[in-house]
Amino acid sequence: MTEVTELSRPEGEAPDTKEVLLNLGPQHPSTHGVLRLVLELDGEYVARVDPHIGYLHRGTEKLAESFTYTQIFPLTDRLDYVCPPSNNLAFALAVEKLLGIEAPIRAQYIRVLMAELARISGHLLITGALPMDLGAMTALLYAMREREMIMDLLEMVTGARMHTSFCRVGGVREDLPDGFLPKIREFCDIFPNRIRDYERLLEDNRVFLKRTQGIGVIAAEDAIDLGLSGPNLRASGVDWDIRRDEPYEIYDRLDFNVITRKEGDCYARWQCRVEEMRESLRIIEQCLDQMPEGAFQIDMPTIAFPVDKDRVHCSMEALIQHFDLSAYGFKVPKGEVYSAIEAPKGELGFYIISDGSPKPFRMKVRAPSFVNLQGLFGVTNARYLADMIAVLGSLDPVMAEVDK
Amino acid sequence: MSAETPLNRAPIMERFGEAIEDLGFMHGVHAFVAPPDIIVELCRFLKEHPALQFNFLSDICGVDHYPEASRYEVVYHLYSLPNKWRIRIKCRLGDPPRVPSVTGVWRTANWHEREAWDMYGIRFEGHPDLRRIYMWEGFEGFPQRKDFPLRGYKDELNPFGAEGPRPTQPDLATRDIPTGGRATPET
Repeated sequence: MTEVTELSRPEGEAPDTKEVLLNLGPQHPSTHGVLRLVLELDGEYVARVDPHIGYLHRGTEKLAESFTYTQIFPLTDRLDYVCPPSNNLAFALAVEKLLGIEAPIRAQYIRVLMAELARISGHLLITGALPMDLGAMTALLYAMREREMIMDLLEMVTGARMHTSFCRVGGVREDLPDGFLPKIREFCDIFPNRIRDYERLLEDNRVFLKRTQGIGVIAAEDAIDLGLSGPNLRASGVDWDIRRDEPYEIYDRLDFNVITRKEGDCYARWQCRVEEMRESLRIIEQCLDQMPEGAFQIDMPTIAFPVDKDRVHCSMEALIQHFDLSAYGFKVPKGEVYSAIEAPKGELGFYIISDGSPKPFRMKVRAPSFVNLQGLFGVTNARYLADMIAVLGSLDPVMAEVDK
Repeated sequence: MSAETPLNRAPIMERFGEAIEDLGFMHGVHAFVAPPDIIVELCRFLKEHPALQFNFLSDICGVDHYPEASRYEVVYHLYSLPNKWRIRIKCRLGDPPRVPSVTGVWRTANWHEREAWDMYGIRFEGHPDLRRIYMWEGFEGFPQRKDFPLRGYKDELNPFGAEGPRPTQPDLATRDIPTGGRATPET
């Protein structure tokens, strides 16, 4: 027997209908990428759902086995492409644990700052895209406006809007540029009002409320059983956030709340994300206030690239160091590590087995979207086909991460 | 790097002390090696014991240790939400690799096990729907095995693939995957 959601028709309806199979996707605007849902329909009611994934499968894990550790960073960008700095951070932390090193404090602040910017960017997309799936275009356009500001900030720091590849093992690639602080302060001033705008657009929007409130309820036990994490799990009332419960980097120095909701419906998941943007903004402000001066990269020539790139052209040692790291990478001691962070979508874990060479023997990505998509099986009361769209949107799967 | 383990090991060692091997605490995770035949019992025990409560299955991961003799391995990562502990259970398998499915313990194991089957050909016995998950139906071979070429095998769709005969493993041919009787539309 396949694991599917068995849903009964409402009582009192005539059973004089024929079941049809419907392909939703792989090319469909509301599947957020290339997801194909095979739906067994009984009239307008969804009797079973069978997600088919893998249309974007690029073999990230297999590729990683042939790359050096530094070369893997661009691969991690392409997992959850909505918020790459988080993915970079997760991978860097895993390798650093194996090496037994820690990035300098300033680098940790920069990484957390970037990861939280990425969280806002990711949440902005879905808080706008979910209403769009349900017919309210406006919110997405406003959300995109603010997302553009974040893109500009990311571009200013990393030179790239999407695939930042900004972390390095033992630090970050560069220090924050001049002129970045006023820009991000400006964003911090503007953004709280903008969040209020989205809420005002949608909180009293009867169509949006009717389409999301009480729809797609996932009970807390089901959510845990299905391995949901991140806002999807917290919307079901489970108070778990890796940033607080297993603090990594400098999260133990920061003050933030873990947002939970009890309802477990699509609206709760949407609300959780909106609230989390506020908390992320608080984290960013604290990072800016607390960030110390200092190195942005660990002082270990065997692991980190030369800080001053100009030295590569005039110093033999720096040239050798640069060439060695580019061509051969650095050796990582034999061992294995599982390191998880709270990515915008949930628990993003990297399990790395090292055989002592400069390339991982095995790298497994515990992709939160891949697991969260199974939340479709935990939904107890999405009856209509249209409700599936709301549920799917509220689970916020990024297909590049689902398919790895 | 080995620190003091926070995990309460006593109930585990009391019940399974003879069957499992303790690898100790490293990088925030306590690791054990367990034989495949007790894996379901062990997982259920870890999940349901009131002092442990490993109720969250983070990940199931297949590993290929080619060319070692017992080549395959399944690695389970569990998390205890109430206690905030992480645990890793490693399970070495022979060839062909078979291990009982833990879908009865956590429903989330479903897709993780399908992935390990798809990529490594590890057969999870008792899995309700062991189909390929990433590769298409009819794909031959298990791409993440170490003896599968990085660029795949050369054919009309893949001019850059590796030459040479594919390893034949008739008992693990893709065609005998139980499909669970699921109907898929023609188009």
